[in-house]
Amino acid sequence: MIRVELPQHLRTLAHVEGEVQLEIQGAVTQRSVLDALEARYPALCGTMRDHVTLKRRPFIRFFACEEDVSHESPDAPLPDAVAKGAEPFLVVGAIAGG
Amino acid sequence: MSGVRVLVGTKKGAFILSSDGTRKRWKVSGPHFAGWEMYHVKGSPADPSRIYASQTSGWFGQIIQRSSDGGKTWETPGGEKPPAPGGGPAGASNKFVYDTSAESGKPLTTHQWYDGTQHPWEFKRVWHLEPSLTDPDTVYAGVEDAAMFRTTDGAKTWHELAGLRGHGTGPKWQPGAGGLGLHTILLDPANPNRIYIAISAAGAFRTDDGGKTWKAINQGLRSQYIPDPKAEIGHCVHRIALHPSRPDVLFMQKHWDVMRSDNAGDLWHEVSGNLPTDFGFVIDVHAHEPETVYVVPIKSDSEHYPLEGKLRVYRSRTGGNEWEPLTKGLPQRNCYVDVLRDAMAVDKLDSCGVYFGTTGGQVYASPDAGDTWSPIVRDLPAVLSVEVQTLQ
Repeated sequence: MIRVELPQHLRTLAHVEGEVQLEIQGAVTQRSVLDALEARYPALCGTMRDHVTLKRRPFIRFFACEEDVSHESPDAPLPDAVAKGAEPFLVVGAIAGG
Repeated sequence: MSGVRVLVGTKKGAFILSSDGTRKRWKVSGPHFAGWEMYHVKGSPADPSRIYASQTSGWFGQIIQRSSDGGKTWETPGGEKPPAPGGGPAGASNKFVYDTSAESGKPLTTHQWYDGTQHPWEFKRVWHLEPSLTDPDTVYAGVEDAAMFRTTDGAKTWHELAGLRGHGTGPKWQPGAGGLGLHTILLDPANPNRIYIAISAAGAFRTDDGGKTWKAINQGLRSQYIPDPKAEIGHCVHRIALHPSRPDVLFMQKHWDVMRSDNAGDLWHEVSGNLPTDFGFVIDVHAHEPETVYVVPIKSDSEHYPLEGKLRVYRSRTGGNEWEPLTKGLPQRNCYVDVLRDAMAVDKLDSCGVYFGTTGGQVYASPDAGDTWSPIVRDLPAVLSVEVQTLQ
C-alpha cells in the first residue's frame, strides 16, 4: 500500500480528505505512483504533470523520506519506506507569498 | 417570475449573485473553487442550468468545471470517476493540446515574443468560454497562447480549430502585457458559420466557414504603439461587442480608441467622439437598443484607473461619437480600480440591466440601463469576469 499526500487544492479537486492510499503492481516509481493516482482520480490528470509530455509541472515538487526526488528519473525506484507504506510520497506545490 | 444570475470570476474564486427581476435584493453564493483564478464563468444560452467555468492556477494548470444545475454543484467533465473499460478518455476536460495532425491540424510554429524573437506556442490557460447558442454541449474556448478550441461533448474533450493558429500571420502575433490571449469570441446568431474573435495583441479575425479558415479584420484600426500603425495585424484589441439583431455591426474597445464597423469588421472607423479618454477594456451593447453602447474609460495604458478618481460608465445612444457620463451611485472621488475586458455584461429584462466588476472587488448593477448604479457586493477578490443569465 502506497501512501500519497496531496496539496489541499488537489485534495479538493479529487474529493478526498487526508492521505490517499494506492495499490501498485510492480516497481514503485514516480511514474507508477502518478499513473495509479491519475487512474483512481482522473480529475488530477494534467495538474501534476503535462498531459502529453508527462513532464512535472514547474511549480510541483515530489518528496520521499524528506528527500526531493523531483529531478530523479520518473522510473527510478522510490525508497523502500515509501514502497512499503512506512513513509508517504509527497506532492508539494511551490511556496508562494511573502 | 423572471430573474437574473450574475456569474463572477475573480482572482480567488467564483461567485454567483442572484436576484429576482426587480434586481434590488441579491443572494451571494461562493466562493466556488476558492483560491483559484476564475478567468471566466458563462452559462449556455440553450440551457441556463448549464454553466461552464475556467479555473486556473500557476501551480496546477487548467481545469474546466461544469454545472448542470445553475451553479449549485460542479463537476470536472470526464474526471468524476474512473472510466469504464472501453469508455471515453478520462480526465481530458483540461487537455488543451494544439492540433498538429496532418489531417486537421497545423504545424506548431512560433509567435513573436516581447523582445521580438520567435517563441514556441505553449498552452497556458483558458481566458474565455463561449457556449454555443443552440447546443448546451458545444462550447468554444479562447486560450493563451492564442488559439481556439471547441468541445461538442460537454467539455469532456477539446479539439483545436487549428486554422486560426495556422493563419499566415501567426509568427507576427505578439503577447500583450497579460499574455498572448484569445479573449473575445462572438457567435453570429444569424449565421452559424460566422465567428468573430480577438487576440491581444494580434487583432480581430473572422471565420465564415465555421472555423476552418480565418480572415484578419483590422482595416481602419490605427495603433501608434506599433511600428506600422495601420498594419494588418498587431493591434491590441481589448474587446468586441455586437447586438444579436445586427451581427454585422461591431463595436470595439481597442488599447486606445473606441471603434465601430458596419460591415462585419471589413472596415472600422473611430467613434471615440467626446470620451474623456478612449483607453479602456470593456465594451457592451444594450440588450434592446442596438445603438446604445457602454464603455468604462480608463486613464491610460500605464495608469489603469479612471480619470480623476471618478468611476464613470459612458453611454452612447447614437452608436458612438456622442457619449454621456453615468455616475449616479458610482464613486466620484478616490476611486482607482480597473474594469477588465470580460467584466461587463447586460441582462435581457425589459428594463435592461448593466453590470460590471472591478479590480477592487466591487460588482455594480444598474437595473435601468445605466441611469443609476449600486454595488451588489463591495469586497470580493479582484474581478476578472462578469456574465449575466436572464432567467424566465
